[in-house]
Amino acid sequence: MMREITYLEALRESMSQIMRENEDVFMLGEDIGVYGGAFGVSRGMIEEFGPERIRNTPISESAIAGAAVGAALTGMRPILELQFSDFITIAMDQIVNQAAKIRYMYGGKGKVPMVVRTPAGSGTGAAAQHSQSLEAWMTHIPGLKVIQPSTAYDAKGLLRAAIEDDNPVIFYEHKLLYRTKGHVPEEPYTLPIGKADVKRAGTDVTVVATSIMVHKALEAAELLEKEGIQIEVIDPRTLVPLDIETIVESVKKTSRLVVVHEAVKRSGFGAEIVSQVMESDAFDYLDAPIQRLGGLDVPIPYNPIMEKKAVPQIDDIVSAVKRTLK
Amino acid sequence: MAMKVSDGVQLSTERLLELYHQMWLVRYFDEKVDEFFAKGLIHGTTHLCVGQEATAVGACAVLEERDKITSTHRGHGHCIAKGAQADRMMAELFGRETGYCKGKGGSMHIADVEKGNLGANGIVGGGIPIAAGAALTSKMKNLGYVVLCFFGDGASNEGSFHEAINLAAIWKLPVIFFCENNQYGMSGPVKEMVAIENIADRSKAYGIPGVVVDGNDIFEVMRVTEEAVRRARQGEGPTLIEAKTYRWKGHSKSDAKKYRTREEEQQWREEKDPIEKMAARLIGDQIASREQLEALRIKAYEEIEAAVQFAEASPMPNPDTITEDVFA
Repeated sequence: MMREITYLEALRESMSQIMRENEDVFMLGEDIGVYGGAFGVSRGMIEEFGPERIRNTPISESAIAGAAVGAALTGMRPILELQFSDFITIAMDQIVNQAAKIRYMYGGKGKVPMVVRTPAGSGTGAAAQHSQSLEAWMTHIPGLKVIQPSTAYDAKGLLRAAIEDDNPVIFYEHKLLYRTKGHVPEEPYTLPIGKADVKRAGTDVTVVATSIMVHKALEAAELLEKEGIQIEVIDPRTLVPLDIETIVESVKKTSRLVVVHEAVKRSGFGAEIVSQVMESDAFDYLDAPIQRLGGLDVPIPYNPIMEKKAVPQIDDIVSAVKRTLK
Repeated sequence: MAMKVSDGVQLSTERLLELYHQMWLVRYFDEKVDEFFAKGLIHGTTHLCVGQEATAVGACAVLEERDKITSTHRGHGHCIAKGAQADRMMAELFGRETGYCKGKGGSMHIADVEKGNLGANGIVGGGIPIAAGAALTSKMKNLGYVVLCFFGDGASNEGSFHEAINLAAIWKLPVIFFCENNQYGMSGPVKEMVAIENIADRSKAYGIPGVVVDGNDIFEVMRVTEEAVRRARQGEGPTLIEAKTYRWKGHSKSDAKKYRTREEEQQWREEKDPIEKMAARLIGDQIASREQLEALRIKAYEEIEAAVQFAEASPMPNPDTITEDVFA
């Protein structure tokens, strides 16, 4: 059975379904209890699962991330809700130096099956310290998987996959995607980690987009279609491990590539995607320089007009596509 | 029972001799490692616990097999005390395939998860929140084990210490926070770096009991740790133990020790040697003779020599396995 639910409801449903099946899965985070989470993702869950499994924590990101590591190392499957993805800075040691490395450093003994779920992105006026997109940092660390779903359907399936995965997974949500709706099956299901999704088939230009940029790219696609330009929109869904094959196959078909993400352009994950395409046999198929779109080199400003200007918008994508066609 | 230290700690002669032997094992392991580093035979760096044998051996002595520990960068003693084999530890320091971490971890990341050693840690204070998490599992699943979290005076200034101890306190987690105060956080004397006299007094800030103990008196360490372990197992939550001790050697391989005097070192070595303290007690109580104790010391020495031979004879890991075990 399919019905339309929000991205946020899809996350809640995914976690609730797996928590009903598996006692080892539990959530911890700030304000996830009766408050229901800063964005409402866990609303109603403490009433069903109780305060032991929906654990409200003090404001101690290092301790709660570390507690998730320790619990995961000893048999639990914790889901840590990091209230704003910017706060990962306080949890960094536990995620980067502990969770990501423990299995390797211990020669394969021990595993850390934890998920860090966290909302990234700008557009709510929360400004510089509450609006970042820092997924590139996490993709740089061997030992972490990084997932970034753009739709309710993807979110539900990928979150289950993340929880079932025996490795530390950073799961990036977007604040502005929480209220977006999509058709989502009622029953539990998993989507494969490391598999991209062609969100819209096309012949003329490949546009690789992540998170909210998938939606902007799809809107750009509608505008471009009126001008007779058919773009193919690819959503990697997982950044690490990256499904470069799907992207390469598309570029070989279209010969043109635009990569767009909200995160700051410099050293953003788009640079990695572009580099991998250049290193692949798609290189010989390119008919135009690759276009890369990302945020400006600024902290996210408070003023709403500037806030929009700081990140790529639909017309930026349209212009970039057209540049590849010149 | 040959010795009743407390109601909770009553030891047979056999057990006492076992612990004495284990302290020598710890000492000779680290003395041997020191020797090899000086000769350039081991790669990287290392942090030795010579002089701190009573805290490692004493604290672990009162744990059950199902209990767990988290360790520090100065963790060889903890590792041996929790039941690891010296030969596989030495092989790890030699980077061999037969090492506990298949040569991929080295001195600072030695772990023996099966025996409950959740790992040494290269990040000061890095293991403290992990210990709280491991204790959380025990509580959530009613597994009944406790977690002993080793850390030093330096780590007690890390944010992770304060965050984790508060978390353990509010959730009444079955964890024992065991501070080995060896007077120096690398080159930082504890008198200059910690605002208060006794780190154990920080327990008050978190509403948990705090105990100061002579870390070089293995019997006192056992007495105090057993009480804390019992509290934790009974669901009464964490305790902060501060064991005053001293590290005889420098912080790491390259330490000229300019921050302390040779006189101070000599005083601790000659007057407060934890192994000699235990020996004096065993002899004084007529539980063992000097000859018996000597035999155990020699036995430990020979075991370390054998461990070295095992390590030297062990194969290097195949470099092609470099990408294995990044992910489960």
